[in-house]
Amino acid sequence: MMNPQEPGLIFEHSREGRSAAAQMPRRPDGPIRIPEALRRRSAPGLPSASELDVVRHYTRLSQRNFSIDTQFYPLGSCTMKYNPRACNSLAMLPGFLNRHPLAPAGYSQGFLQTMHELQEMLREVTGMSGVSLTPMAGAQGEFAGVAMIRAYHDARGDRQRSEIIVPDAAHGTNPATAIMCGYQVREIPTDASGDVDLDALRAAVGPQTAGIMLTNPSTLGVFERRIREIAGIVHEAGGLLYYDGANLNAILGKVRPGDMGFDVIHMNLHKTFSTPHGGGGPGAGAVGVSQRLLPFLPVPVVVRTDDGPYRLATEADRPQTIGRLSAFAGNAGVLLRAYVYMRMLGREGMTRVAEFSTLNANYVMAELRRAGFDLAFPERRATHEFIVTLKRQSRETGLTAMDVAKRLLDHGYHAPTTYFPLLVPECLLIEPTETESRQTLDGFVTAMVAVLEESGRDIETIKGAPHRLPNRRFNEVAAAKRLDVVYRPEAAETAAGL
Amino acid sequence: MSATPQDLKYSKSHEWVRLEPDGSVTVGITDHAQALLGDLVFVETPESGSPVEAGQACATVESVKAASDVYAPVSGEVIAVNEDLADSPERVNESPFAEGWLFRVQPSDSGEIDGLMDADAYAAMVASES
Repeated sequence: MMNPQEPGLIFEHSREGRSAAAQMPRRPDGPIRIPEALRRRSAPGLPSASELDVVRHYTRLSQRNFSIDTQFYPLGSCTMKYNPRACNSLAMLPGFLNRHPLAPAGYSQGFLQTMHELQEMLREVTGMSGVSLTPMAGAQGEFAGVAMIRAYHDARGDRQRSEIIVPDAAHGTNPATAIMCGYQVREIPTDASGDVDLDALRAAVGPQTAGIMLTNPSTLGVFERRIREIAGIVHEAGGLLYYDGANLNAILGKVRPGDMGFDVIHMNLHKTFSTPHGGGGPGAGAVGVSQRLLPFLPVPVVVRTDDGPYRLATEADRPQTIGRLSAFAGNAGVLLRAYVYMRMLGREGMTRVAEFSTLNANYVMAELRRAGFDLAFPERRATHEFIVTLKRQSRETGLTAMDVAKRLLDHGYHAPTTYFPLLVPECLLIEPTETESRQTLDGFVTAMVAVLEESGRDIETIKGAPHRLPNRRFNEVAAAKRLDVVYRPEAAETAAGL
Repeated sequence: MSATPQDLKYSKSHEWVRLEPDGSVTVGITDHAQALLGDLVFVETPESGSPVEAGQACATVESVKAASDVYAPVSGEVIAVNEDLADSPERVNESPFAEGWLFRVQPSDSGEIDGLMDADAYAAMVASES
């Protein structure tokens, strides 16, 4: 007999003949036109359950969620920043929802105007010369950025440039993108205070340098302090600067990548500009470029001549474009949400995002340090995020980053990022984001301190955490190696002793 | 404290090297390295017959925490790989210096082996990092 508290699997609610008739899709009238050879031979293994059983099942499951709507999520903007409800409701206005992507520009002036204004706002906030909204995700934005670097060198006949320099503190996607675009990756180290090692950079650049991919603030939770020198060294060697703008909340309205000397930037709108993400999308990885890369921007982009109508510029207008990255013009629904978010904030609001995201991170950092946690870069200020290292505790009491992550769940807090960046042992990467109140931050600090204190007297309890959640600590090795997500009725019957 | 067998040579990137009687070398990752990585869930070895270059990444070890490159300590040709690791990556955790070996290389320049650290130097390096 199933435990009524345990949601189990939807298959376990299945009984022959049950269905939710009112929810059934209607079978098309007339004969089925799928050729005989392509039809399946047996019925699909779908559960048969009543509407009420289905509603209860999924509602119970949802009650077990740790979500941004119920709990503090120090994973931050990379994963789960709060998305204001208005972004959603305004992007769902019927005029947007019902517009067909192939509708002529004459019928889409409102939509095209919002996209044009979004391009302009992103151009302004990054200090670049032009923006294209078509990349459908951060990875595609990165690809577009490096493809433009390649197109630029190729257009000049400068074909000896075969290397992209990537600091070891970069996002893991950066070297992957360089390889995808046919470059070799040259990694350069970070110095002890978290900045790019300038001597290593000077030694690495040369006539083979196509560009450098840089994340600023870096994944170490610090601002790159010598960015102008870096730009000078790379530009002097004939390379271009790529800015990984995955998370811009620490710099919005404060400094602009264009002013730092960057030639190309991608922006994860689903991170900084608060559109929903996680679970693989849909995302939006808009790209911005400096003057010399303008001809290579991916199409389509929204253009307007004087006071004329808005229209999509295509290959015909931009013969040197790197081409298209999506069937239409990016994820329209996601772009609309970013547009609403930016319009609600306005120029001053964006500056406040940078101020509060960095203030919140620095506040939590200072409180945790005071409570006895070690910082990875104690002499540096935090950006929108910072790193705690449990290297000392793991040696002294056995308390690891994973233990803290699991025990925090018992206190009602989602875990921060663990074991990233790889450069810092036993680390927690903590990003509160700009939307959290001081009370929430204090509550999180209290929980962190409670775990630290507990580790001194009862490490065993922590090692078994979580204790207060429906599921206990998972065997991660088994989950990674023997993950089995296919339901087989025979296996379930065997397990139940039937 | 992690083990550091005296009869092996070591690289700065935490690979160990054993010189075999036939002049080839066996390569694995050290006890210290496997302890830092945690439980391995996946090991990708180079293909037998492929060339490797000293200091270049040629294998990958993935744990529940992270995926890390393994660098070839010497240049040469891969002459054997530990096929067991495909199904049992935990061998590297259980027995890093024996059953958990990764691959075997026929070195093109045996002088490169002399450039590696001995056990004491490696143990001192690990101690200075922690």
